[in-house]
Amino acid sequence: MKLNCLLAGVGGQGTVLASRVLAQTAMSRNFPACTAETIGMAQRGGCVVSQVRIGTTDCGPTIPLHQADLLLGFEPAEALRNFSYLKEGGIALINISPILPVTASLGGCEYNINAILEYIRQKAASAIFINGNDLCRQAGSAKVLNVIMLGVAARENLLPFTKADLLQTLVQNLPEKFLELNRRAFEIGYTYKEQGRGGLHDA
Amino acid sequence: MAQKLLMGNEAIALGAIRAGVDIVTGYPGTPSSEVLETIAKYRNENTYVEWSVNEKVALEVAAGAAYTGARTLVTMKQVGLNVASDPLMSLAYIGIKGGMVVLVADDPGPVSSQTEQDTRHFAQFAHLPVFDPSSPQEAYLLIGEAFALSEKYHTPVIFRPTTQICHACASIDIDDFITKHPPAAFVKDPKWVIFPRLSYQNHIKICQNEQRISEEFSTAACNQITGHGNRGIVSSGVSVAYTREVLSDTDDEAALLKLATVHPFPEKLALAFLKERTEVLVLEELDPVIEEALLKLCGKHQLPVKIYGKLTGHANIAGSNNYETIRASIDKFYAREGSPSTAVSLPPLPVRPPVLCAGCPHRASFYSVKRALQQQKQAAVFSGDIGCYTLGNASPLDMVDTCLCMGAGITMAQGLQRADNSVKHIAFIGDSTFFHSGITGIINAVYNQTDITVIIVDNSTTAMTGHQPHPGTGRTMMGSLTEKVSIEKVLAGCNVKYIKKANPLHLQTAIATVSEAVAFHGVSVVLFEAPCIALFKPKLKREVQTDRCTGCRRCVKEIGCPAISLDETGKARIDTALCYGCSLCTQVCPAKAIGGISL
Repeated sequence: MKLNCLLAGVGGQGTVLASRVLAQTAMSRNFPACTAETIGMAQRGGCVVSQVRIGTTDCGPTIPLHQADLLLGFEPAEALRNFSYLKEGGIALINISPILPVTASLGGCEYNINAILEYIRQKAASAIFINGNDLCRQAGSAKVLNVIMLGVAARENLLPFTKADLLQTLVQNLPEKFLELNRRAFEIGYTYKEQGRGGLHDA
Repeated sequence: MAQKLLMGNEAIALGAIRAGVDIVTGYPGTPSSEVLETIAKYRNENTYVEWSVNEKVALEVAAGAAYTGARTLVTMKQVGLNVASDPLMSLAYIGIKGGMVVLVADDPGPVSSQTEQDTRHFAQFAHLPVFDPSSPQEAYLLIGEAFALSEKYHTPVIFRPTTQICHACASIDIDDFITKHPPAAFVKDPKWVIFPRLSYQNHIKICQNEQRISEEFSTAACNQITGHGNRGIVSSGVSVAYTREVLSDTDDEAALLKLATVHPFPEKLALAFLKERTEVLVLEELDPVIEEALLKLCGKHQLPVKIYGKLTGHANIAGSNNYETIRASIDKFYAREGSPSTAVSLPPLPVRPPVLCAGCPHRASFYSVKRALQQQKQAAVFSGDIGCYTLGNASPLDMVDTCLCMGAGITMAQGLQRADNSVKHIAFIGDSTFFHSGITGIINAVYNQTDITVIIVDNSTTAMTGHQPHPGTGRTMMGSLTEKVSIEKVLAGCNVKYIKKANPLHLQTAIATVSEAVAFHGVSVVLFEAPCIALFKPKLKREVQTDRCTGCRRCVKEIGCPAISLDETGKARIDTALCYGCSLCTQVCPAKAIGGISL
């Protein structure tokens, strides 16, 4: 079992926790795992990437270009920015809710959400789109996109673990007071209503 | 033995606890900060941990403790060692009794640093051994070796992980073994007092020890030769893992010399490796330290081996390594065409530089200074400093004209003012940086009667590196409460004649305070106090009353808050998930269209 998973998003979206949960769940299933994170200045609303490599030990901490099996795009533009890491035949799970950088609001650069999503839809062998803002609203917190994404990934069988495996890791890693919210978020992801695979009906 | 998913820095911390570390000091700096924090979290009751005021202080506190026989660890980032270099250079001559490891994290990229300096040079310069771990697992074990070597040769030892080791997580085998060592006590002896005569004698000793350590490193388990062939690759740090990954993909036959100790250079081992090879490629991050050591060795022994690396254009001279850079170097070494770069044209992507968080009080501080100067039609140069507030450089604030190193804002403003007094010179500095190296600059300005304004942006934490406590916070790393050191009283003690406190989020008062400070002739200081948003939960959020919003975009254009964007109709929209209710937008909106909503 080998899996390279790249998580791309914006600082503050919780990619670090998600990648740790993936790696720790892999270890609980006796697969070796390693991760690499963006920590430091870029965390302040900049582009962040987390990388998880499961099932190998003789490898560097970051994934080579065109070798990611799975791209978890926490934000559409950041998913596209890292799209070339996805291998041919790889799967993209994309949150379609954009986070506009200040540069875009100031009019200094373009953020064409439709062009971005259309590109991913056409180029990925398989792309699953979710509306992160809607799902977070259902969960009652904007901070649980990471766990919702894990829930969707589990439901879509994108990961070599079961829902129970992932939930167990969450229980081990989250403080008691956030547990109920995160269980709910995971369940919302796990039972989300498919709104078009490789399509943009929910955009 | 248990297996745990640990970040490299956590692995180093647990390795240090395993090695029986007694005293840990440091100053926060990415990518090193988690080492000290992890030790503080898992320490035994006898371990003492402190965030020191700066790296020089940290190293000196640790040196004192090491003189007694205690095992000590000092942590910092690479530029921190510049600050601590004075005690380090002398300490190399005096030596220590208890094992002393100076952990200096290098930052290839750089990801979060001013420079790409290579601490291995510092080790050579100071005649100190340096360890260069190639993985978190190796770092966990190697830190213990570093303590043992330090104690054996009575020398401080540098431990130099790089960003991709510090911030990678891996499954690590850990045990609960703890090294025991004799109790500490200071024994009076002239050897602890540095004098020219003693330094001369010790200079000879440390050079002799370098020879011995070089021999020891040649047989150390962390330096290994694997594989066969006329061609060889020498690698260290994270580059080792990428080299192995590339070689397993290309099936190239190459012998690999993996080094985890770079100074004193393990000459015997390297010589044995070179003698079996005709061509050797060196893969290392930052400077060509190993490459130069090998060239020297080839010259010394007149070996007909070609050495390739950064000096021959086979490897990048700057930036971090990854699979692609290592692959390109190996392809070039084997004279292969690299895999054609499949340049794809992506739809246009927005740039996304890091920005001050929504609700960050620094935004209000910068903005009030900007407005005060606009009102007074006063031109000014803004000397920035190191911290979150360096991000005040971004549009639309555009309030950082210089930034050099920790504490340099206040001092550079003085030089700028001496040479060009046609404009006002204003320095910005954060609270932690003020304690680190801002105070001497204040004293210099007062003593030499400079005309500058200093804006201290006090958010009650060391925010950028992960919210560490400092002397102004009233908390220590041991978890105890302590009396806060008052910045205001420090300034008064330095004879600063104009000191005014203000809350930057009360815009009109803040502007008035800055105006007054700027008009003051001499050293004036505005102390802006408002906590970092990470320290509290918002009670209020802001909301745009769409019917009132005129779409003038003033909120967006003036303050550049990441929570504010424009909707399809061109009216302002506030993302409540990001908003902290700071109210700066409310105070800026000419249409009074932004109100507060309670939570």
